[in-house]
Order: sequence, then C-alpha cells, then structure tokens
Amino acid sequence: MASRNRFFVKEVGIGLLFIVVIVSLIGAITGCARAPQQKQADVVIWHWMTDRKNAFSELAARYEQETGRKVEFKLFAPSGVYTQKIQAATQAGTLPDIFGVLGEKEGFAIFIKSGHILNLDDAMQANNNEWQDKFFSKALIVNKFEKHNEFDVPPGIYGVPLDVSNIQMLYNKDLFRQAGLDPENQPRTFDEFIDAAKKLKQAGIQGLVSGWAETWMINCLASNFAFNIMGERKVMDTFRGKVPYTDADWIEVFNLFKRMADEGVLAKGIVAMNNKDAEQNFANGRAAFAFNGSWCVNVYKGMDPNLNYTAMFVPRASQRYPLLIWGGAGSSLMINARSKNQEQALAFLQWLTDDAQQAYLAEATNNLPANKNSLENISPILAQFAQSMENTTHPNIWPVHEKGPVVEAFNVGLQSVILGTKTPEQVAEEIQEVKVREMAKN
Amino acid sequence: MKFQKSTLENYLFILPAVVIFSIFYIYPFYETFNLSLHNWNGISASRVFVGLRNFKEVFFQDRHWWPAMGHAGYITLIALTFQNALALILAMACDRQIRLGKFYRLVFFIPPVLSEVVVALIWKWIFEPNYGLLNFWLANLGLHNLAREWLSRPETALSCVALIHSWKGFGWGFIILLAGLQTIPQQLYEAARVDGANSWRRFRHVTIPLMIPVFVLVSILTILGSMQAFVLVYQMTAATPALGTTVPVTRILNAMREVQPPRFGFACAQGVVFGLILVILSFLQLRLSKKMRQA
Repeated sequence: MASRNRFFVKEVGIGLLFIVVIVSLIGAITGCARAPQQKQADVVIWHWMTDRKNAFSELAARYEQETGRKVEFKLFAPSGVYTQKIQAATQAGTLPDIFGVLGEKEGFAIFIKSGHILNLDDAMQANNNEWQDKFFSKALIVNKFEKHNEFDVPPGIYGVPLDVSNIQMLYNKDLFRQAGLDPENQPRTFDEFIDAAKKLKQAGIQGLVSGWAETWMINCLASNFAFNIMGERKVMDTFRGKVPYTDADWIEVFNLFKRMADEGVLAKGIVAMNNKDAEQNFANGRAAFAFNGSWCVNVYKGMDPNLNYTAMFVPRASQRYPLLIWGGAGSSLMINARSKNQEQALAFLQWLTDDAQQAYLAEATNNLPANKNSLENISPILAQFAQSMENTTHPNIWPVHEKGPVVEAFNVGLQSVILGTKTPEQVAEEIQEVKVREMAKN
Repeated sequence: MKFQKSTLENYLFILPAVVIFSIFYIYPFYETFNLSLHNWNGISASRVFVGLRNFKEVFFQDRHWWPAMGHAGYITLIALTFQNALALILAMACDRQIRLGKFYRLVFFIPPVLSEVVVALIWKWIFEPNYGLLNFWLANLGLHNLAREWLSRPETALSCVALIHSWKGFGWGFIILLAGLQTIPQQLYEAARVDGANSWRRFRHVTIPLMIPVFVLVSILTILGSMQAFVLVYQMTAATPALGTTVPVTRILNAMREVQPPRFGFACAQGVVFGLILVILSFLQLRLSKKMRQA
C-alpha cells in the first residue's frame, strides 16, 4: 500500500512537473517572460496603411523629439487582416489607444454603440471650432453622425480624418496620341467616352481597366451613373423600397455596363481583376483609361514615375441630374473610448492633423490632405483630384443605406451583365427579388 | 478504495488531454453552433437569438450557397478522378526499379509543398489573357482560335482552377499510394505470374484489393481537401458568383467580411452545414469502402 502511494505521488509529481514545463515554454514563446524593453509607448496606434508606414514612423520620431512622448504605429496589412485584428481586439478588450474602422458607416456605428469610440465634439469645437475648421467639410462629414440618424448613434464627431480621396477616371496621354486622339480634349459624355475607347481599340489599345473583382468599385461607378440618371432622391427611394430596381432608370444604368462590354471598351479579364493588377496594367500602358481613387497617384509613381496621365471626371451619361463621384475622408483614426491614454491620444491626433504635419504627409505619400491649409505643395495631378472634391458624395453620408445582400446581388448582377451571362432586365429582376426578401425581414 | 484510487489515477492521466481537447475542439465547436443560432455583427457585446432562421436562409434562401457547393463538388470530382489517377499511375511507375526513381519522387512532391498563393500567382500569370504564356504559345502554334480569357469567363474559369488544384495536390496522393504499393509483398505478384496472370490481371486481382484501404484514405483526404478549396479559387478568380467560381469557404468569408454589417451568425450556420456535409461524405466513403472490401 505504501509503495503504491509512493508510486502515485511520484507519478502525479511528474505530471505536475510536465504541466509546469509546458506552461513555462508557452509563456516563453508568447513573450510572458519579457526581456528588458525600451521605453513603453505613451500612445499606440494600429493602422493598415502600408504606403504611409515610413511617413508615420518619421512623424512619430518628430513628435517624440518635440514633446518627449513616444508614439508607436503598428501596421497590420492588408486591410482584411487589419479588420479581423480589430474585430478580435474588440472581443478581447485589447483595442489600442488609436485605431481606424474600415468599411461602411453601419459598421462604424456598431463600434460607437458598443462603446469603443470616443466622441470628439468637445475637442473639435474648443476655441471656437479651431480644430474642426481645419478640415475639408467632406472629410469631416463621414466621421459625423447627425441628430436622428438611422443608426441611433448619439450625434457628434467620432473620427479624425487624415486625408481625403475621391474616385475618378484617368487616362494615359501617350496612348491617346498613339490612337490619334487629342490628349487635351478629354471625353465628357458617355458617348464620347465610348467613341474614344473604340478608336483606342482600333489602334490595338485596351480601353478601361479597373479592379472590378473588388465589387465595391463596380458599385461605385454604377452609383455615379445612377445619381446622374435618376438623381439622389430616387436612388435613396430605391434603398427605402419605394422604387423597384426594375425601374427603367435602373435598367438604363445596367445598360451602360452592357454597352461598355458589347463595344469592347473594357479590359480583358476585368471581372476577375483586383485593383492592384488593374493599377499595374494602367501603369504599364496596357490600358488607356483607369477608374481609380486618388491614392493611385502614389501607386503609379511607385510603378512608373514617368507615366504620362491625367485625371478626368467620370463621363456624364445623362443631362438630367448632376453627376456625383464617390469621395470624402480617405482614412480616419478614432480614439478608443476605454483607453487610459485618451488625453495623450487626442493631443497626438491634433498635432498629426496640424498644417505642417499634414503638408509633410501629403508630400511624402501623395495623398490629398484632410487639412485644407496644407494643399500648397501637392502635385498637379493631386490638385486635379482636389478640384473635384466639391462634386463628391459617399455612401457614408447618405441618409439611408442599402442592405448587404441587396448590394451583393447588385454587384454580382453587374458582373454578369459585363460577362454577358445575364441581361440588364434579368439582373434587375434578381436584385428586386432579393430586395423584397430583405424588406420582408423588417 | 483500491479501485477508486486507481480510477482517480487514470482520470488524472487523461486530464491534460481532455482539457486541451475541450478548449481547442469542443468549446469552439459549441461556440460556432451557438453563434449560428444568433445574429451577431462581430463587434457588439449583445447577440440576438434567431433560432434556426440562419439555417433556413442557408438551405432555402441563399441563392449562392448550393451553386457554391456544386462548384466545390466539381473541383472534388476532378481531383478524385484526374488527380488520383495521375497519382496512381506515377506511383506505380516509381514503384518499379526505374532510373532516377528518387529524383522523380522529389519532383512530383514539389507542387504540394509550394505555397498556394505562389502557385495561384504563377498560374494566373500563365493564364493571363493578353500577355500570358498559354495564349502566347497557342498563338505561336497557330491555334489563335483556342486563345481566350481563361480565368475570367464562366465557361473556363472553374475548370482551370480545378485542374491547377489537381496539379497542386497530386503529390500527396502519389506519396501515400507509393507507400501503399511498397507494402504489397512481391511474392503475391510472383505467385500470380506463375499462375499465368498478365499485368492487367495482377493489377486487378492483387494490387487493387490490397490497396483499397489506401484508396479510401486518399479519397477521404482528397474530398476533404478539395471541398475546402479556397486559396487558389480566391487568388485566381476572386471567387465571384458571376464567374461561377464561388465555393463554400468563400461564401463563409463573404458573410463575415464583405457583407456590411458582418454576419457572423449566418457565417457560422454556413460553417456548421458545410461541416456536417463533409462528415456525411466521409462516412459514406467509409461505408462504401467496407462494402468493396467485403465484395
């Protein structure tokens, strides 16, 4: 009996020792046993902006030099990975002091309603709106929730815009010349655009390239045309369920894509092309037109600094209503409402969006600054994008929003129209079917 | 008393395994099922209980779910036939005493160890409609008519992905089948030869019966791997329903990431349905193989 007890104690002892060793190993691997560290950051920022990594590091160094406070930028890219990281951190309660929310306004609203994002009204409006007045109104509005908004978010400003962007068309001047087109005479209507693309095709040059595998981009162009053909009110009434997608105006929008496909205006493989590949195609002179955002200036510069191109407003499909393009805040940062370093985070964001820092960011990253006093040194092509800011709209500022499954049906439907597997009328019927189903859920 | 102590000892010894299994397998499965009964956006602290509504939507309302299952089934069918036939032929060739046998084994195992993203990028470049190697060769051979937009047309996109998936995966089957072939005693072949059996009869009556357990293993691994195909489909074709290349995993990802706001509950319901289908397929495969062995 005694020997059995000894055996039992020995075995259990070995078992416990085994567990201690395993736990220690896991601790060592995951970094619980910390090595002596450098000074801990006063403010930690998570972001997804690969192209701004070096500029952010430089600004953090300048800030530390000026104030003695250490700011750490942590990059998580691509944006899908970043989004997952943020979602996981909300559940684990490990959000950093400053972070950004990607996606549409409904997602932004969920973060606010869950108590993750600080209301910035007091800081923005202090000293007679000093901070607020530095920004383009279009940049601020996407971070703002008005009274009685559809998401029931308490009114206020919840994000700090770093830059502004809009999505336009661009064309390669050299390829225009090659096809016998005048590069200074850009197409202004949809018919002129089709004619130019046909001439380019005759010269063996592909027309429009864009990353339409990323369906939001195809949705963006379609909504530009929809605003132009039927006006904002009718678009919103469609989202409200008052106008069906089978309406003649929507069919007209879908038909524009059919026409582009039928006339051979679109680059080969556009439906399966991501935007990075599309940018490569345009930068390499494989297509004359691109549909892309103002961030492309930096991308094209990296791919071919000598690319001879210019921006043009999306061609009008109708004279009935104004044509509005997507634009607004490009990237915004928010302060964690549960952060212990809120004051320091706020101070850093105020410094980061000040004139000098914004001018540096614009110069270093070729993005349009959110601060309207920092436009002096931007490149001519960026200035073209800046000129169109007044004609922008964005889903994040619309009073109503379409439901996710309907948006998916819409985007997939447009791809099918381009592929020629469905007619605009069939697509309209299918979208409306999903719309009716989603409306019935309420 | 003695019995109790020994029982306690036994429980203590299996405790670490039970704890690890519970934390990493049972709890996630429970949580997935629990989430599938709720509507949740991934951020809010609260979830809304919706019962089986998400499952109803998966089965009857999601117009892309069953086509996605069909696309995965097509990729699996190509893998079960083309990929495994290729693996068996090459394994049988390498099982013989051929020159450079070890070299071939190494070469055949290169595709499976390559990163799927790298494979997808290389083949995407080969299939590129304007400047890709495939259309370039076809044009040089005077076969202009065959050149096409391989990965961006619904007629060809899924087949191209299925073939590349098979190319990428045949190495696993090759290694397992080769190992299986090498366990068959040579005396059986010699005895069959003495009895006058030709190559086909030796293959039919010696190799196949003894290889059935290996075929079952390879088939189950192929089904599980191919039904869950994701990286190649996503990288090469963006897995869009318009192209007919969406698969169940991309639908789950779509519900979690693309739809605004994210639908984690619905994605979990899709995951549970998909998991059950895979389990059923594996059981069917096992039962079929038992019957084949008995026959």
